Amino acid sequence: MNGDPTAEPRNTPEPRTTQEPRTTPDPAPLSAPRRLFRAVVSRVPLPLRGLRSRLLISFVLVAMASSLGTGALAFREARTGVLQQSQDSVINRFRTSVEAVAPAVPHTPAASDLQWAVNQVILANRMSGWRVMATYGDRRAFAPTPRFTQPSPEMLRSVRTRRAAVFQRVNVDGSPRLLVGMPVTYTTDEYQVQRLSGVVMFLEVPQTAEQGYVEAMVSGIERATLVALCLAVVLALLAASGVLRPVRALRGATRKMAAGRLDVRLKVTGSDELADLSRSFNETAAELERTVAELRRLEARGRRFVADVSHELRTPLAAMTAVTDVLDQRVEGETGEALRLVSEGTQRLSVLVEDLMEISRFDAGAARLNRDDIDLAESVRRTVASRWRPEEVELRLPAPGELRGRVDPRRLDVVTANLVGNALRHGEPPVRVTLEARDGFAVLEVTDNGPGIAEEVLPHIFERFYKASTSRTRSGNGGGDGDSSGLGLAITAENVRLHGGRIHAANRPGGGAVLTVELPLDMDDEGGAE
Amino acid sequence: MPRILIVEDDSIVRQAVRLGLRHQGHEVVAVETGEEGLEQLRAVRPDVVVLDLMLPGMSGLDVCRRMRERDQVPIIMVTARGDDIDVVLGLETGADDYVVKPVQARVLDARIRAVLRRQDASLPDGARPRPETHGDLVVDRAGLEVTHRGEPVTLAPSELRLLLTLSASPGQVFSRQQLLEAVWEHGYHGDIRLVDACVKRLRNKLGEGRNPRYVQTVRGFGYRFGTGRA
Repeated sequence: MNGDPTAEPRNTPEPRTTQEPRTTPDPAPLSAPRRLFRAVVSRVPLPLRGLRSRLLISFVLVAMASSLGTGALAFREARTGVLQQSQDSVINRFRTSVEAVAPAVPHTPAASDLQWAVNQVILANRMSGWRVMATYGDRRAFAPTPRFTQPSPEMLRSVRTRRAAVFQRVNVDGSPRLLVGMPVTYTTDEYQVQRLSGVVMFLEVPQTAEQGYVEAMVSGIERATLVALCLAVVLALLAASGVLRPVRALRGATRKMAAGRLDVRLKVTGSDELADLSRSFNETAAELERTVAELRRLEARGRRFVADVSHELRTPLAAMTAVTDVLDQRVEGETGEALRLVSEGTQRLSVLVEDLMEISRFDAGAARLNRDDIDLAESVRRTVASRWRPEEVELRLPAPGELRGRVDPRRLDVVTANLVGNALRHGEPPVRVTLEARDGFAVLEVTDNGPGIAEEVLPHIFERFYKASTSRTRSGNGGGDGDSSGLGLAITAENVRLHGGRIHAANRPGGGAVLTVELPLDMDDEGGAE
Repeated sequence: MPRILIVEDDSIVRQAVRLGLRHQGHEVVAVETGEEGLEQLRAVRPDVVVLDLMLPGMSGLDVCRRMRERDQVPIIMVTARGDDIDVVLGLETGADDYVVKPVQARVLDARIRAVLRRQDASLPDGARPRPETHGDLVVDRAGLEVTHRGEPVTLAPSELRLLLTLSASPGQVFSRQQLLEAVWEHGYHGDIRLVDACVKRLRNKLGEGRNPRYVQTVRGFGYRFGTGRA
């Protein structure tokens, strides 16, 4: 923009300096007029900014410009032609009439001579609406009536001094009239010279017919413009719909695709740019569908593999699990230690395989709810009482019978147990468990007294095996409950989701983590018992 | 000493379960296939059958059905967890309980003992009351016999125990959880499908139609014993 090479370097914004905000404090990303334009355009409502209205406006403007331009030119030429022609013919007729009477007019005519002359002229040109006046000095004669428009002084001077006819257009009371002044001349026989006789004949002709022609022409042009406008609107709408139909189809297809319907395709018609665009959209969609299908297939294979592996692991594990009780006898020394380790490892392996199977079932969509109407507080109380000592968990539950819900009791047990077990692993007892009804949801909150959950871990704690890969790992000695497979919270979240509920984790301001589960209370009757 | 018949196709699991249960003090006969299991049922006369559902040849469900046709011996199914449909079918076919593989011998032992207690005549109240009559139904608590319209009804242990529990307090509503604890000795969070499947079987055997007279559903709460009038 600033192209002046003689300007001071400080004022010349070089590309290099614009990249250093310290040296140029205000690098404007857009020039002021552009910004103004954007601001104005963005205020215009969308229907007016759309393709259809833009096409419409362009067509109308073009049609108006061309028809008005053509009309104006044609009007000017035609008007001039019409007026010129009628004027010429009037003047010729007048001259003929004047010349016919001129020889009979004496050199110094009396008023009666003048009157006779005008009468003769009128007589020769009846039905023409003519008014004729003859002057000679101060004498005046009129026909058919003494009404005559006063010619301008210039005209009077011209006809008295020159031999040529003079005309003038005047407007009397809104109607256009032609005034013609014609000096009567005589010829001297010797030299054939035309001399002014001093007599001047004036003619006043109304030009209403010509006015009528002009008006008809204007209204014709108006009508033509109107027709052209209508045509332009129709054409614009047709063109717009021709352009907009593919555009709209494309928009619909894009939205469907965004909604996950990858099998959407466009019908390609024609061979213009829009057809080309539709075609490339179809190709993109096909490619995307293929890729997604491939990914799904791979993912399904991965899941299937996990399910198969877990299944295969289960048979040997069943044998090992069945005999762990035999191993748990009191055997002294290293053999006893080894037996204890085998037994513990087997237990943990069996929890892991069971959790893997459970996750596989969620992935395969095979997990089902067996709902029953139960007292939720009773369920939570039983879960906690069957696993932990009273001093480890502080319960704040509604009174019996106060909060009933339609849930899968076994899954609620898993949810509660996992949350409390998790809280006990990461915080000091007692863990606080609260249950209440809030806005149509049963809200279960488990709060621990630990250091809380690191912010960067917070979004991931419901991911599978996430715990194992962070510093916030399972307790080193295995703990007592043994359900630290790394899948506990993931299974919890799946169970909550299966109920149509929500789960989230947060840190308390005073320290410690809060895990919250919300289960909808107004579930429709489906599945469940009976 | 309770005698257990195990039907399990995998030899290492079979041996391990046999070992585990022996260790818990049971006398164990283990067979490989369902056909063998059916054969041995007569010869062994087990107190409890532990039946794996996933069997080559005749399926576990078929074995269960055939066993029920000729005997009311308690049957505990062993399932792979997630075979949800098998669990429901097995329970409706007449199994009394189920455990999920892999299972500790201690847990299996507890279930075996619980199912055996279901057949035990000594009820908590201890007394030997006279047979009770509820409409067409006569329940003899002492003799553990049930007759319906004069015909004896053969009930599997869980069905019998369920009927005795419900009919002990006619009109009282039992939640499924209460019944799980009382009849199956499961925890509060046991599988309620055990209750529902057992109710279904019991109603079938009592010839109940759309509006059950004896085992009535109380929507949202559980079951209660009707007085025999619909």
